Order: sequence, then C-alpha cells, then structure tokens
Amino acid sequence: MTGLDVVFVLVALFTAGAAVLTVTSKNLVHAALSLAATLAGTAGVFLVLHADFLALVQLVVNVGAVAVLFLFGLMLTRAPIGREALDSQNRGLGLAVAGGLFVLLSGLIIAAFGTTTVEQVTGASIEVIGIAIFADWVLPFELLSMLLLAALIGAIMLARRETGESGEEAMVTRIDVGDTPTTEGGVRAELENTTPAGQLGAGGDR
Amino acid sequence: MNSALVSPANHAVAQSASVMDVGDGFLLPVLLKIAFVLGLFFVVPLVGGYMEHKVMGRMQHRRGPVEAGPFGSLQLVADGIKFIQKEDTIPRAADKWVFAAAPGVALVPAMLIFLVLPFGPGVFAVDLELGLLYALAITSVSVLGVLMGGWASANKFSLFGGLRAGAQLIAYELPLIIVAITVAVQAGTLSLVGIVEAQSTFMLAGTDINLWYVFPQFVGFGIFFVAAMAELSRPPFDMPIGDSELVFGYMTEYSGIKFAMFLLTEYGGMITMSALMVVLYLGGWQLLPGVPLPGCDGAGGLFDCGFLGTVLGVAVTMGKILALVFVMVWARVAYPRLREDQLQRISWLVLVPLSLLNLAVVTVFKVVF
Repeated sequence: MTGLDVVFVLVALFTAGAAVLTVTSKNLVHAALSLAATLAGTAGVFLVLHADFLALVQLVVNVGAVAVLFLFGLMLTRAPIGREALDSQNRGLGLAVAGGLFVLLSGLIIAAFGTTTVEQVTGASIEVIGIAIFADWVLPFELLSMLLLAALIGAIMLARRETGESGEEAMVTRIDVGDTPTTEGGVRAELENTTPAGQLGAGGDR
Repeated sequence: MNSALVSPANHAVAQSASVMDVGDGFLLPVLLKIAFVLGLFFVVPLVGGYMEHKVMGRMQHRRGPVEAGPFGSLQLVADGIKFIQKEDTIPRAADKWVFAAAPGVALVPAMLIFLVLPFGPGVFAVDLELGLLYALAITSVSVLGVLMGGWASANKFSLFGGLRAGAQLIAYELPLIIVAITVAVQAGTLSLVGIVEAQSTFMLAGTDINLWYVFPQFVGFGIFFVAAMAELSRPPFDMPIGDSELVFGYMTEYSGIKFAMFLLTEYGGMITMSALMVVLYLGGWQLLPGVPLPGCDGAGGLFDCGFLGTVLGVAVTMGKILALVFVMVWARVAYPRLREDQLQRISWLVLVPLSLLNLAVVTVFKVVF
C-alpha cells in the first residue's frame, strides 16, 4: 500500500460517509450540506487520480453552483430554520432506484474496463482536454449544452406559469412587483375586479 | 533562485521555479510552503484592514482609528483583543454544528487561494497549470459558509442575509469567471505565472510597444473590479449585511472569534481579488509596461532576479495590490448601498452581456492579429 492508496482510501471513506449522511439525515438542510461534502469528496477522488481539471470543474460546478443553488432553493421555500426536521418518507423508493442504478453502472464499468490495468496514473494536460472536447467531441458537447438550455427554459416556463394551484395568490404577487396586470376578459380579470384595493396595496412597500 | 528557469515563449510548458523550492527533499519545501501561505494569509489581510481603518478614518473625519498608537497601528490590535475576549455566544435555537462550522467553511477557501498567487518573481507556493481555474473554483466554495451561517442562526434576519448573499454571489460569479477566462484566452494559459509572463511579451499589434492586459481589456478589468467587490459583499454591494434592514445579515448572531473569522475572510478576499487583478490585468511584478525589474535576466526579465530584484518585485506587487484595496475602501466610503433589484439588474442585464461581448471581441482580435 503506497501513500497514494492511503490518501485515496481516506478520501473515499470521507465521500462515502458524507453520502450515507445525505440519505439518512432527517433534516433537509443537513442532507443538502452532506451532499455538498459528498460532491467535494468526489472532487478529492478525482484529484487523487490526477484528474486535476475534472476535480476543479467538479468543485466549481457541483459544489460552488449546484449545491449552493440547492441550499438556496431550500432556504427560500421550505427549510425549517434551526433544528426542526422535514422528511419526505421516500426511503424505499430511493433505495430501489439507487440500488438499480448502482448495479447497472458498476456492471457497465466492469464490463468495459474490468480487465484494463493502469501502471502509472498521469493526468492529461488542459491543452489535450481542450482539443479533445472542442475538436473530436464537439458535437456531443454542443448537444449536451442544448439539453441544458432546454432544461433551463423548461424550468423558467414552469416557474412563470400563470395559472396554477395558487392562481389567486400568484396574481396578487404580480401586482406587488409592479407588473401591469392585463385587463382583458376571462377569469383573471374577474378576480382582479373582486380583489379589494387595500389588499392589492398591502406589501407593496417592501 | 538557483534552479534556472528556462521559459520559452510558449508558456504551455512553463512550470516555473519558486523560491520555495529549496533542495530536493520533500518535507522541507512543503513545510516552507505551508509556513509561507499561512504567513501571507495572516499578515497581508491585516495590512488591508489597517489601511481600511486609516483611510476610512481620514475620509469620514473619524479620528480614532488614526490616533490609536503610532500611526494608528494599535487600533487593529485593540480590535483583535476585543474579539478574543468577547463571549462566544450560540443562540439556543441554532443548529450548533452548522453554526460553528460556517465561519471555517468561509475562511478556509479564502486561505487556500494564497497557494497559487504569485507575489513576485518566483515568490509563490506552487505554479499550477490550472492556477486561474483553481482560484475561481476555490472562491466559489466560500458561499457555502455564508449560506450555512445564515440558515443555522435560526433568525429571520440572518436567513434573509444568507439568501441575499447566495443570490448575489451566484449572480456576480458569472461575469467574474467570464472576464477571467477572457484573460486566459488572450494569454493562452491558465497558469497565473504564465499569464504574467504572457503580459510581458504582449505587444500592441504591429508595433513593439509592450502592453498590460488592462489596456486592451479595460472593459474586462472594470467588470472584474465591480464583480470582485460584489463577490466580497463590500459596500456599495453589501445588501447581504445591510445594517439598516437586516441588523448584520448572516453575521448577526456571530460574536467573538467566529465573527472575526468572517471579517478575516472579507479582508483576505480583498487581498486575493486584488492580487488576481494585479496578475490578470496589471502585469504582476513588472514596474511599468515593458520595463522589467532591475537585475532580472530570465524570460522577459521576469525571473532570476537576485535578492534585490526579488524584494523589489514583491514590493511592486504589494504596492499594486494595496492601491486596488485603497480604491475598494474609497468606493465603500463614497457610494451608498445599492438596492437588491438594482444589484441583480446590474449583474444580469449589464455585466453578463458586456463580459460576453468582451470575450467575443478579444477572441476575434486574438485570431485576427
């Protein structure tokens, strides 16, 4: 066992421990924080395997952006402040999905690379990675970014949906932030007319 | 400086030698580097803090910070002693572990950036091939600490402060990264030392007038400066701790040494952001564009400077850094706080499009000339 192995085992243990905490934690924010630790641990694994670029991208994208947005969304919507707990009671389903994915992925990886041995781990330079992405694999790369863009637009459409379960509330909010409400016919116009003026003005000064 | 640095024009292979690399042993250089980075981290931000005290004291006609001790130097010591002897309070409803860990999560990334910052010819701990990406990636982790602190305090003011900080840091990270990448495109390398090197050989197209990147990319420099101030939540971008509405935002419940750690994060951030600007736009340790340090004979007069040249190089870099810190303090005193909607608007509707345009223009010029 070399020093590298020791470090790898330590980082892997940290990552696995954080992952277990992510799914067992009863507190939603604790789970999200453990997820951030897991993602950072994955970056550590990449670093030990000499994939410096991948590790840093993992850090900036998954820890710095995804995990932060996750926490941000949680705090903005439903995170109880302090020590209260929130649990969706979905353990069984989650276990089944995660187990199935694990079997599938590990089977694929073992089938593809199971017999390959690597003598010396060396990282590719950033130049090689750049040329590989933007010359050889540019089509899949662009397709992926289109996929992300589609997801982004979809999320915005969902968030801006005008009629929802809480249609009336949404309308009042719209007036609060200063949008000019439409005066054309339909249910919304009726709602508008029936909403007392004092209620519309409430909260307008925030 | 004995390990001769042969750095040819193609800086893709440049792995420069540092003064820290003494001998062939493993332990001694590593210990030296740790001591170097820790020393930098605990000394340089204090200089920034001292400067802020004095400059703000002068500009706002508050004499205290200027008068305490010789040249006002004891004000900071008094602050330090005050922070240490304060009671370390934790609110009863707070999530104790997250609350206690938050200042550390904010502080450690701010400390780790010092690993790659070059402060002079050969004066850096490591010259990573991905130095710039490393600095940006590490910076983005600091937000976690702020969000953790805001949530764990179990206080609505703290929570709102954390939320505002999260929204602000995400919004301003984007233009910051885009303009930094633009410099990397122009220099053709991500190594911070490599970028300084590339600036020493960057010529105005068709002439032999040496230029720093601040001249062709003054828009990028401006965006970087504004985004850096916003990333650090410095006034006028201090909505997350807006004291007129949120008490002190995510730091409201913190006291004593934990509060001091958040403050140290901010001062450390001021120094690292300024140092990044010096490296990316202001030619690192060059005296003037095209004027190398005296006594240097490495690539473009950037390395192998001998003792005097090295000391002078560090002095030049620190001078530039402190000049930028001064401007940040000046902006704090001169401008009122932005409103939250103005703040988001500036980033998404002005800075992001401008930085994308800047990237496009620089890329076209790089290919054409």
